[in-house]
Amino acid sequence: MALYILRRLLAVIPVMLVVAVFVFLLIRLGPGDPAAQLAGDAATAEDIQRIRERLGLHLPIHVQFITWFGNILQGDLGMSIANNRPVSSLILARLEPTLMLTLTTIIFVVLVAVPLGAIAAWNHGRWIDRAVMAFSVLGFSIPVFVLAYILIYVFAMWLGVAPVQGFVSPTDSLYRFFAHIALPVLSLSTIYIALVARITRATVVETLGEDYIRTAYSKGVRDRDILLKHALRNSWVPVVTVIGISIAALIGGVVVTESVYNIPGLGRLTVDAVLASDYPVIQGLILVFSFTYVLINLVVDITYAALDPRIRY
Amino acid sequence: MSITTRNWTAGLLAAVVAIPAANAAFVSSADAEEVVLRAVKHSALRVLDPIMTTAYMSRNHGYMIFDTLFALDENFEPQPQMVDTWEVSDDQLTWTFTLRDGLLFHDGELVTSDDVIASLRRWGERDAMGQELMRYTEEMNAVDDNTFEIVVSEPYGLMLESLGKPSSNVPFIMPQRLAETDSTEPIPEQIGSGPFVFVDEEFEPGAVAVYRKFEDYVPRDEEPSWMSGGKNVHVDRVEWVNIPDHGTALNSVISGEIDWMENPPWDLIAVAENAPNVVGRQLQPLGSQGMMRMNFLHPPLDDPKVRQAIMYAVEQESYMQALVGPPEYYEVCGAMFMCGTPLETDIGSAPLLEQDLDRARELLEESSYDGEPIVIMYPTDVITLSGYPPVTAQALEEAGFNVDLQATDWQTVVSRRASMDPPEEGGWHLFHTNWVGFDVANPIVSQGLVAGGREAAWFGWPDFPEFEELRRSFAAADGAEEQFAVAEQIQEQAYENVMYLPLGQYIEIAIFGDHLEGVLEGPAPIFWNIRKND
Repeated sequence: MALYILRRLLAVIPVMLVVAVFVFLLIRLGPGDPAAQLAGDAATAEDIQRIRERLGLHLPIHVQFITWFGNILQGDLGMSIANNRPVSSLILARLEPTLMLTLTTIIFVVLVAVPLGAIAAWNHGRWIDRAVMAFSVLGFSIPVFVLAYILIYVFAMWLGVAPVQGFVSPTDSLYRFFAHIALPVLSLSTIYIALVARITRATVVETLGEDYIRTAYSKGVRDRDILLKHALRNSWVPVVTVIGISIAALIGGVVVTESVYNIPGLGRLTVDAVLASDYPVIQGLILVFSFTYVLINLVVDITYAALDPRIRY
Repeated sequence: MSITTRNWTAGLLAAVVAIPAANAAFVSSADAEEVVLRAVKHSALRVLDPIMTTAYMSRNHGYMIFDTLFALDENFEPQPQMVDTWEVSDDQLTWTFTLRDGLLFHDGELVTSDDVIASLRRWGERDAMGQELMRYTEEMNAVDDNTFEIVVSEPYGLMLESLGKPSSNVPFIMPQRLAETDSTEPIPEQIGSGPFVFVDEEFEPGAVAVYRKFEDYVPRDEEPSWMSGGKNVHVDRVEWVNIPDHGTALNSVISGEIDWMENPPWDLIAVAENAPNVVGRQLQPLGSQGMMRMNFLHPPLDDPKVRQAIMYAVEQESYMQALVGPPEYYEVCGAMFMCGTPLETDIGSAPLLEQDLDRARELLEESSYDGEPIVIMYPTDVITLSGYPPVTAQALEEAGFNVDLQATDWQTVVSRRASMDPPEEGGWHLFHTNWVGFDVANPIVSQGLVAGGREAAWFGWPDFPEFEELRRSFAAADGAEEQFAVAEQIQEQAYENVMYLPLGQYIEIAIFGDHLEGVLEGPAPIFWNIRKND
């Protein structure tokens, strides 16, 4: 296993290399000029050219790439063009809100969706199963921003039991953290609860039809033990896959939630950087996202082995 | 019901009852120890150098932490701000200024004449009005720590107006070591002598900017009027929170989490004004002007008849209806220097105020136009601009033009408009933008009227040396009457040449909680003089 993990970690290097080259080229092939953005509306073409030269954007693209890549190898993601601050510090400052939102959401999703899916499967074909499936369809159908506005209206504006927007670090105040994160988590988690509950239900229904479950019944094993120890445990692999994909999708896909609830996370930083053509920040963010995806895939693969003794690397 | 279940139910009920009471705590707990004013601005603060960029957020940041030598009052008169006394020699060539005593930078150092001279030099490299002043300036000398003089080559009628220029770029005074930074590079520190201190360690670009009251600031005794007069600060801390979603920002003002929202979209203003405890008011007195700019370098718009045909084909009212909607928020105004300013005149503007397609077709017939498509850049992502291009496209088609309306995003427009290439090779024929009224309020600050060609003019690059001479004679004009006469000539010629087309004048409404007292009007948002009541 240790060798496998080492091999997978080494494989990260060529993946990141390819990502770095593509990101650098694609961003520069797209429209936009950070110097023009920086200079402001009243700047003349000459002003913009002077700023372009200061930023080194007038240099041939391969020279720019060599400089940037050399810095990356030394762990330096460069300086933000728009904000004149180190890219690494900008990303670090925005990491916590996104991480907290993602982790809280995924914990909430697992705590709600897995039992929901298992209960639906256990009651396969009955009203409770249909109710869970109906919720699942609704959860898939409702856009995050619509749900977010409804939740804000009901809980923040009408009932007054939650703030409209903002983020508070749990290290500042745990109570205020949960108060601020509750509505964003509810908005964001609905679609993933629907997804994970559906997968859990389908997998558990399939597992409940296996021969060893019938054997367990005939041996007189209690219903609860059949569901929890036999059916659910053997259904974890596909569920974990979906959870892994969900975490990856969440990290890169929280833009809407962060915008509606004004959470200063990585999603908003990405949008701002794209709008400002802030090349170093976009490049840094994509590298971080790519690395995170690779890491999540690795963790999911390792989890397979832990959950299913038949899987060995 | 089991005891356990009963306990759970009771606990849940208690929690539901307790949450609203606790909610007040999390909403306002940060304000318990100090008075915090939270504002949502029109955009996020990014560039912390109001000289390097003309971005309005950087200008607004400048007004928080820097001070100015002069400042404009509500009568459009420059009033002394950092300056105590000043005099001009009999030959009108030497201006001598004395600073107020006790002016301090945020690092505790005294403001000196050297700081002022270095700041004016840097501003003079970037700003159109600053460049004009520097063209006249022979030398700037520090007489002593508190007194400096500006020697000009010939009498310059806009000296005080230049030093009190209210909008981008504003001649802010900064320490000499910062002012010596190359004007294309951002200054490395945020040290000014203004009424607020920038809290660098709490600054999150794109998210929040924080300012504290500068305890050692010495306000003037006069009543505040626009950017002039006493800058008395009555809050401990100001936070500029960037909330990208307008609906969320508005809800935050209504719920009391945010005190002030700078300019909500027009369709949300009615919602805000119907909400309890929320006030809507126009704070920027002149509003803004829409602008259509043509490219003078390439056919067919290098032909004045084609440009005039476009002027006859369009009308302001259609643009304002498309962009703004409710008529109470806009006005049809032919004055290039804005309605409501001392230079307001409608001379030459008649063709723009009423569509005349017959005349447009006639002009087109007489012109060199041979049916090539007119490339219009259409930024679909900026709500305050996306209304203009379709109106232009429709009017031009009705007049007989072929139109190539190219949907794109604003950042592409910003970079593409700097291209002097022909439209078929990545250039352009026509784009639209908006200007804050103070940035077009006279012929020197108005970028659309600079006619210095490829070298000196703004995008579109008109090249009319006689017009440039006329524009410069405004700077040399003696007194308001003479300035107005020159401005009239400039506007008349500008319309003849179709230097640009003003598309109407619209206002923006700021909304804020009615617990705020003393909110001032001005060319830029003002955070002094405000009291936050319970």
